[in-house]
Amino acid sequence: MKTFYGTALPNPLMLGTAQYPSPAILEQAFRQSGAGVATVSLRREGAGGAGAAFWQMIQDLGVLILPNTAGCHTVKEAVTTAHMAREVFDTKWIKLELIGHTDSLQPDVFQLVEAAKILTEDGFEVFPYTTEDLIVAERLLAAGCEVLMPWGAPIGSGRGLNNPYALRAMRAEFPEVPLVVDAGVGLPSHAAHAMELGFDAVLLNTAVARAGDPIAMAQAMMGAVRAGKLAHDADPIEARDMAEASTPVIGKAFLT
Amino acid sequence: MKIVLNGDPLEVAALTLADLLQEREVSGRVATAVNEEFVPASLRGSCHLKDGDRVEVVAPMQGG
Repeated sequence: MKTFYGTALPNPLMLGTAQYPSPAILEQAFRQSGAGVATVSLRREGAGGAGAAFWQMIQDLGVLILPNTAGCHTVKEAVTTAHMAREVFDTKWIKLELIGHTDSLQPDVFQLVEAAKILTEDGFEVFPYTTEDLIVAERLLAAGCEVLMPWGAPIGSGRGLNNPYALRAMRAEFPEVPLVVDAGVGLPSHAAHAMELGFDAVLLNTAVARAGDPIAMAQAMMGAVRAGKLAHDADPIEARDMAEASTPVIGKAFLT
Repeated sequence: MKIVLNGDPLEVAALTLADLLQEREVSGRVATAVNEEFVPASLRGSCHLKDGDRVEVVAPMQGG
């Protein structure tokens, strides 16, 4: 089993913590699904210290913490945010997001590679949110990344895997690298699809948090990633165009 | 001295970043940056503030 910078995940579901109807529902979504990794963020501390209550809850969940650099548009901003996250969350892990386009939230892969190099040299363990581009992937690995997180579709779009062909190519090109589909998943079938392609985990947030029943959807997603992984490991059959009878013909009663 | 704290202009008596957090009664788990540069917790006491400094104080928050 592949590890993420030496850490084995308890299961292949990484779950975001934003946009839930309430902290109690967020907590139950984690507890009932068993998701083992929580993505978190940093925001300006307002009056009342809301950050402290959130941090306490996340700690009580006992999950692995993956802080992000969401909303960063420059290398400098992302690097400073990563340093702040490392101190606050006490982890070397960082989900590196460098947004390049306002509407699609597509990663700016040029700045991504640059920031990944700086952060790796600073001792971070970088989880880069990237596209399915293989050359960018190579550059990220050369920069020191040991995990790749290509998008399935734009963040929050719920479209599923926009480009399964490219994701399959990425899996084939980097068989030893832990790969995570990050963003774009809307349904359990999308999550299962990613795992069937041989991905090592799926990271999602909106699909669960904005569902009518986030707790049930979190459980559905966990079922899907587990099913997808089992299916991949079970070596599925190839699709074919024509039927092939599954019931043996030999021995059939002759009744005409 | 006038600084900008989390985007808001503010008149403060504090001379260092550590004093500022105390003055604003910020406790708990936060990280700090001054003029877009990260300032580790261990260096807040020796981080002297100047007029016009832009200070960011961030805390854990939900994220995707």
